[in-house]
Amino acid sequence: MTAVPDIEFRAVTKRYGAVTAVSGIDLAIPPSAFVALLGPSGCGKTTCLRMIGGFEQPSEGQVLIRGRDMAGTPPYRRPVNMVFQQYALFPHLNVEENISYGLRQARPRLSSREISQRAGEALSMVQLAGYGRRKIHELSGGQQQRVALARALVNKPAVLLLDEPLAALDKKLRTDMQIELQNLQREIGITFVLVTHDQEEALSMSDFVCVMNGGRVVQLGQPSEIYDEPADLFVADFVGKTNLVSGKVAGLSGDLVDIALADGTVISARKRVPLSRGEAVSVSLRPESLSLSASGGGSLKGTVRNRIFLGSTAEYAIEVQGIGSLLAKADHVIGQGNLFKPGEPVAIGFAAGAPLAFPHAKNNGTNQRENQNAEILS
Amino acid sequence: MSKTGHKTSQDNATGGRKSAGSQPAFPMRGSLLRKNLMTALLLAPATLWLVVFLVLPFIAIAIFSVGERAPEGGYQAALTFAQYANLPARATAFWNTMVLAPIGALACLLVAYPVAYYLALRAPQRWRLILLALIVIPFWTSLLMRTYAWMYILGGRGIPALLVYVGIEDLRLINTPGAVLLGIVYGYLPLMILPIYVSLERLDRRLLEASADLGATPVSTFLGVTLRLSLPGVMTGFSLVMILLLGEYLIPTLLGGGKVFFIGNALVDLFLQSRNWPFGSAIAITLVLVSVVVLIVANRISTRLSGARRVDLI
Repeated sequence: MTAVPDIEFRAVTKRYGAVTAVSGIDLAIPPSAFVALLGPSGCGKTTCLRMIGGFEQPSEGQVLIRGRDMAGTPPYRRPVNMVFQQYALFPHLNVEENISYGLRQARPRLSSREISQRAGEALSMVQLAGYGRRKIHELSGGQQQRVALARALVNKPAVLLLDEPLAALDKKLRTDMQIELQNLQREIGITFVLVTHDQEEALSMSDFVCVMNGGRVVQLGQPSEIYDEPADLFVADFVGKTNLVSGKVAGLSGDLVDIALADGTVISARKRVPLSRGEAVSVSLRPESLSLSASGGGSLKGTVRNRIFLGSTAEYAIEVQGIGSLLAKADHVIGQGNLFKPGEPVAIGFAAGAPLAFPHAKNNGTNQRENQNAEILS
Repeated sequence: MSKTGHKTSQDNATGGRKSAGSQPAFPMRGSLLRKNLMTALLLAPATLWLVVFLVLPFIAIAIFSVGERAPEGGYQAALTFAQYANLPARATAFWNTMVLAPIGALACLLVAYPVAYYLALRAPQRWRLILLALIVIPFWTSLLMRTYAWMYILGGRGIPALLVYVGIEDLRLINTPGAVLLGIVYGYLPLMILPIYVSLERLDRRLLEASADLGATPVSTFLGVTLRLSLPGVMTGFSLVMILLLGEYLIPTLLGGGKVFFIGNALVDLFLQSRNWPFGSAIAITLVLVSVVVLIVANRISTRLSGARRVDLI
């Protein structure tokens, strides 16, 4: 991190009237990285992107691009380009004219030979060579997406901003584009900043994920860090699937805490923040960290309610007396008939160090989600 | 509306024939017949109206235009193009119309565009409706009365009388081409503002952001995106005003004082005063042809420049 960050937020706050969209964000996005701003709608991620693009001005603080304060710099003088949600392609221009739009704005002017050459290169980069004369409305959604990408990248921006770029595509196309975007970013080597509310998309594509909630950055880290070591209950719940189980701190031993669950079972969990004896906590149990067995051995006993067979894995909703419904995920090995059936009793064990204890959630959002998980399976 | 109706009835007709030919589908045929009858009934009033008040008069005028003036005035059957050959006799009226109509429409456009732009893109949402209403409400009063008002404002006891106090004397406003132009802009402004407003209102704001993002200055964005994409509205407004101006009679009469003579004035004169119906008809037919040409050209231009697939003119 010795290099100048491509994007830096210094104590940035953005207010719209009485509403604070972004409050006091400090953030440094390292060069040549694929960074995802992840959060639920209204968390301020799009506002952050628009402040980088210059479409919004921070109410307080500074936004720097490659070390230069951007205060008062209009969008058309910033070294960044954006891929807009729903692409915002110019309907009155054909594909090539759309792509060369930015090049035609360059001062001093570029020669028309250079413009058409670079536009052609950009077209082949997104595998649309030969589509230059097409009208925008003649293209499919995926092709429009590529044109939007080419139109932004052809200007050789320092940073590429992507505002929910895959939201309008169907699932198959989305997966293809995820891989393609990753490849493009590595090829070109500039920073990509992606805004998304889809945690899977953020985890799968980016080098760094910046989780936002309520106008603040909650956690910045590599996808595996975010998933394995969530900073708080919100991140644990928002990123990936998890079971949140209430309990009380029964004992403390170094980094570990003993948690007494509602049914009296005591399990050992790791903690991220200091906890005191007797404090109410929520324990996050990832579905894949639960191990199921037919006979004894586990800490909890339950009954299989539903089974969702997914091919390589199977998910189970397990009813545990006094605790509620837990979601468990088990690998499925071909030929090994180890699938539990609904109604079967199972014992649940926990991988060592997998349970994470957090101070009890005060907001209802997480509880709602907990119930949702249960509902989906029931 | 009538277009789609017509199309469905045609489709149904062919569909009906096909099924009747290849397989005996009698119940189908019955319902199709009913459907066609329904369409015909729905279209009948509008069709009747157009035939009686547009098509028949037009045919009558076309026949008149190749006839001769009866000695006592009116129409006398003949087949001659003498009336068309005589058109240059009204060259001044044609000239005034052909110059003042486009200039009037252009002046209207120059005033209307900034207003429409402000309304659609800059005005606060809650003011928009009120401002639009303020533009439209004067239209509820007769144009005649409003033009009379202008007669007094521009006349000897109006603005010129006030200007005497600041030392400007003998200024003549009424009965000049300038007064006619002013009346035109005033009278037709809403017709120009509304279509431009609609096309600007429909403009996707993200296109403006995209343009800025790609390095375009506000001026380039306006010329390259905003103006281009609002051209259908501009051309609709322009051709609407232009066509109405080609037949304008009232404003030149009241504010031009008979000195600025339009084709409309010539027509009134020929039909009502000198009762030369054939010559008046020839002029009317020429006027209609010119209007059609204006419409077609305007449509072509806006379709090409805005990249729209289809443009509805009126």
